[in-house]
Amino acid sequence: MNNDIYVLIEHVRGQIADISYIMLAQANQLAPSTGGKVIALLLGQGAQGLASDLAADRVAYIDHPALAEFTGEATQRVLADILARETPRLVLMGDTTIGSDVAGMLSARLNLPLVSACRAIRVEAGCLAFTSQTCGGKMMADGVLPTGTTLVLMVPGAFKPDQGRAAKAPAVETLAAPDLGGLRVSLKQYNEPASEDVDITREAILVGVGRGIQREDNLELAQELAEALGGVVCATRPVVDQNWLPTTRLVGKSGKTVKPKVYIALGISGAPEHSESITGSEMIIAVNTDAAAPIFDMAKYGTTIDLLDLLPVLSEKVRQAKSG
Amino acid sequence: MKIAVPVQFVPDLVEELIVDAQGNRLDPYAIRWILNEFDDHAIEQAVILKEKGGADITVIAPDFEGADDALFAAAAKGADHLVKITADYDGGINAHALARLFAPILDGLKPDIILTGVQAHSSLDGSAGALLAETLGLPYVGYVSGIDAAGGKATVRKEYPGGLTAILDVTLPAVFGIQAAETPPRYVPITKVRQAMKTNQIDEESQDLDLSGGLEPARMYPPEVGQRAAMLEGDIDDVAEKIAAILSDQGIL
Repeated sequence: MNNDIYVLIEHVRGQIADISYIMLAQANQLAPSTGGKVIALLLGQGAQGLASDLAADRVAYIDHPALAEFTGEATQRVLADILARETPRLVLMGDTTIGSDVAGMLSARLNLPLVSACRAIRVEAGCLAFTSQTCGGKMMADGVLPTGTTLVLMVPGAFKPDQGRAAKAPAVETLAAPDLGGLRVSLKQYNEPASEDVDITREAILVGVGRGIQREDNLELAQELAEALGGVVCATRPVVDQNWLPTTRLVGKSGKTVKPKVYIALGISGAPEHSESITGSEMIIAVNTDAAAPIFDMAKYGTTIDLLDLLPVLSEKVRQAKSG
Repeated sequence: MKIAVPVQFVPDLVEELIVDAQGNRLDPYAIRWILNEFDDHAIEQAVILKEKGGADITVIAPDFEGADDALFAAAAKGADHLVKITADYDGGINAHALARLFAPILDGLKPDIILTGVQAHSSLDGSAGALLAETLGLPYVGYVSGIDAAGGKATVRKEYPGGLTAILDVTLPAVFGIQAAETPPRYVPITKVRQAMKTNQIDEESQDLDLSGGLEPARMYPPEVGQRAAMLEGDIDDVAEKIAAILSDQGIL
């Protein structure tokens, strides 16, 4: 086994995901301790240009028509081929809708251990230790990574994307792709997010609604507050799954990442799938009857008053303040 | 068309989570187990596919507390066969072990489509569906929120970050990790579940549990809070007033 740290670079339609830079930052912090190099794995077709700002000792680039758009199957085959020859210390992938498809298949295929929802890896008494979040962010789990090649699915938290960006382009080594014939999954088309709705990523004031809103009728109360503030309503996955709001308003893992000036979280527990997409908010105010909800760990201000009682009064106060 | 839905149970997060005396896992006797929410969506998606074009649905669950109720509820929704896997679960469970439990049963069933929840909030070792797919040598697509299937092919909608979705063509048989069913899981009245108990039986399979591939944590604990929110005290009027003042200070009002 060598001591290198591989990072799978996640990109869709020419855009590298922030999690890729975050993982590079993590890898660069660890590499001096493991005594290995940081190798960015970039898969695509004609995508070498994406390597230019990756903070890695080397970029291993694999070019193939079947890699032009992401599919878990093709990505997994390429990684399995590389890992059959090379045995790095760690392979970091994003715990995203892309990385988690790949990691599970790879773990079963190569019989490699897998840790998911990992926030940070550090050196402890000569070993690599991990911290993962679990149970919707209500629990953390610490442990020691096995000594052999280990797959790690990472969530944001410990580093900022800029820490994984390089000013100088890294060396790029092009590797031959393995035989990618007989693939059973192929991309037919992308469906654009509906564009007729507001773009919540550009809004300065967001009123986020979670499961605590209880009923579709109650959304009006959130809507009323958003209107009073001059903001818009967005939501967590369960609310969108009920079709109470369109997917354009979804904030979270498979939705948007938002960075408003103020995010008012109503009945949102703070599960990682949602909370990792609101960390860029300048200020979070949380309203949740569960005093132990993880959302209070990231909010600046909070209250456990029932949102259904609070909202009409708050909207009125806001209107008064604006008119006064 | 044959559809199989392997499901799992997760701790109910509404209940208080208690770490056991060893300090590295949740106390199994203090947990209230509930059907994984994403698996509920997988069952719903199976029933939707059955309604669209006919299907024979098998739901498979590990024998956890509440397994019988979950299986009979699935039958009341439209599942045709119910299977429960007995094993020694006292040492815990993980996604790798689940994949190994389900694989031999699915190998025998040979379904065209396997639907399972894309994730479980208590998993520390990835998605059971992706592990299962590779164990069975089948393709896997996770974060799926819509499926059409005909003629040995499926067309699925996969969610990407940023609200983007992709339409993928997949050769069956395949495993899909369900993020959300096309419509929310239906409600089944208790009378229908009771009726399903009378007209359906649960087949039992016994297996050995192999936890390798997933890591056992050394320590489990509630998040250590750095800067917890400043809690706004007072009655409704006071708190609303304070929030308005904060928003005013922020230049919002």
